[in-house]
Amino acid sequence: MTILRPRFVFDLPVEAEVLTPENLCGVDAERAGRHTVAYGRRTRLLGELFEIDVERGEGLVLEGDFSRVKKIGRAMKEGLLVVRGDGGMHLGSAMSGGTIRVEGNVDAWAGAMMSGGTLEVAGSAGPYLAGAYPGETKGMTGGVILVRGDAAVRAGERMRRGLVAIGGRAGDFAAVNILAGTVVVFGSIGARAGAGSKRGTVVALGGMETEPLPTYQAGCLYRPLFLLPLLRFLADRGFPVTEAHRLGPYRRWTGDVTSLGKGEILTYEKPQ
Amino acid sequence: MRLHGVEIEETYAEAFKMWGTRLLITAESPRWARIAAEAASGFAISVIGCGCEAGIEEMLPPERTPDGRPGTAVLLFAPSRKDLEAQLVLRVGQGVMTCATTACFCGLEGEEAVSVGGKLRYFGDGYQGSKVLGGRRYWRIPVMDGEFLVEDRFAIQRSVGGGNFLVLAETAASALASVEAAVAAMEPVGGAILPFPGGIVRSGSKVGSRYKFLSASTNSAYCPSLRSLVATELPETVNAVYEIVIDGLDEEAVRKAMKVGIEAAARPGVVRISAGNYGGSLGQYRFHLQEIVAGEGKEGEGP
Repeated sequence: MTILRPRFVFDLPVEAEVLTPENLCGVDAERAGRHTVAYGRRTRLLGELFEIDVERGEGLVLEGDFSRVKKIGRAMKEGLLVVRGDGGMHLGSAMSGGTIRVEGNVDAWAGAMMSGGTLEVAGSAGPYLAGAYPGETKGMTGGVILVRGDAAVRAGERMRRGLVAIGGRAGDFAAVNILAGTVVVFGSIGARAGAGSKRGTVVALGGMETEPLPTYQAGCLYRPLFLLPLLRFLADRGFPVTEAHRLGPYRRWTGDVTSLGKGEILTYEKPQ
Repeated sequence: MRLHGVEIEETYAEAFKMWGTRLLITAESPRWARIAAEAASGFAISVIGCGCEAGIEEMLPPERTPDGRPGTAVLLFAPSRKDLEAQLVLRVGQGVMTCATTACFCGLEGEEAVSVGGKLRYFGDGYQGSKVLGGRRYWRIPVMDGEFLVEDRFAIQRSVGGGNFLVLAETAASALASVEAAVAAMEPVGGAILPFPGGIVRSGSKVGSRYKFLSASTNSAYCPSLRSLVATELPETVNAVYEIVIDGLDEEAVRKAMKVGIEAAARPGVVRISAGNYGGSLGQYRFHLQEIVAGEGKEGEGP
């Protein structure tokens, strides 16, 4: 296990896409410290910014305040990365495998364009969770993102595949322009969810703060069977799934008719 | 060897290679899960005439199914991968998808797999959709009570078909009582099924016949009514014979089922317990009765 702790409070952003298990696990502290990162506009050695310890155990552990450290776990392919605190922007972006566990919050673009692996966030997530960078047609294309707290605006934007589960509230424009994939929200969902979606599923377990867009049409009230293994999967990972969630029923809204129109929003409706 | 006074013949049951899989069928209630399982595994008695052999392995409580609803585990066996895939598509499509409230999952793990949901999805006529969860793809096919959920691919594995033993008894009543007791003892064994009606075969067969168009025919050596006409295998006192056929996901499952079955079948009125031994012409596996009863099942008897 490789452990990194900041040597001082960063007053400039750090860009450290070198912070992956592939780069820092299985090497000694001195060698790990020779990697370079950007500190503001300057290039610095990793060892100048962080204390590095190598101990027995698995994975890469980041202890302390990493909220100004960007690109943690970026393009990570395998292994375990644990952040014992908050993570900065672009955490886990473009990752394709392995597991990242964040014990605090994450900033914008967490899991953006990831294609595989698992990103777990105990706190809340900033904007553009699982999203697509400007100019890109697809956001997340695979993997699982589990956020226990809230997610800010545009969670799941343009996602193509994969699962995003949000334990709290999702901000406005959740799952906007999604091509496919699933976004499950246990809290409420802000305005314009699923706008422009082609396919894909938004599951609103805590209700919607506004009516679905007029480009969504109300369908039946039923119990979608695919939710059963999905909810079991999430319950096994500590999400607050209730028997009522399992039983439903759910109102199915289909849209967005301004796009392909095969997307759906499933809103849990408490039986009267 | 004698067990409870019954002769255990020094012979072996000849079994053959099959491909097998396990379906987990779930529904709103155990009743509907069983109805779907019975429909999917119906008329799957023998590969000779049914294309596959299938049976209900066990009823499953909600905590043991992928979607937390009551379920049924069904084992299905066929001679080849291709046959198994074809039978799965037919039986899941006709027997499970048509049945109210059901969903169908694969109950095996493994690399080798065949497409089931991936073929049935076209029934959705363009409105089907898929979801990937935990590395497994599920197809959602819209149907009139909501949606039918079926797994994309079903893992399959090399299996054993045609494990068997024969109960030779003094009367038809004592033969039936014996095999009924055996079936009751064998049904709880996991990984194995008894594909024949009630788990029991009355029309045991031998390989070949005097007719060119028929590959199997009545096991004349074990028909009491033919005792005076053929080279019989029946002692003087035997007037009825039943066979129990076992298919298993592996040799061990077949061996376990045979052991508990033979132990339960050895009871008053039974003269001998034998097995379908075709001199090597039928299959690649050999299950020696006396070794199984003695708990000495040999590994490596198969091909």
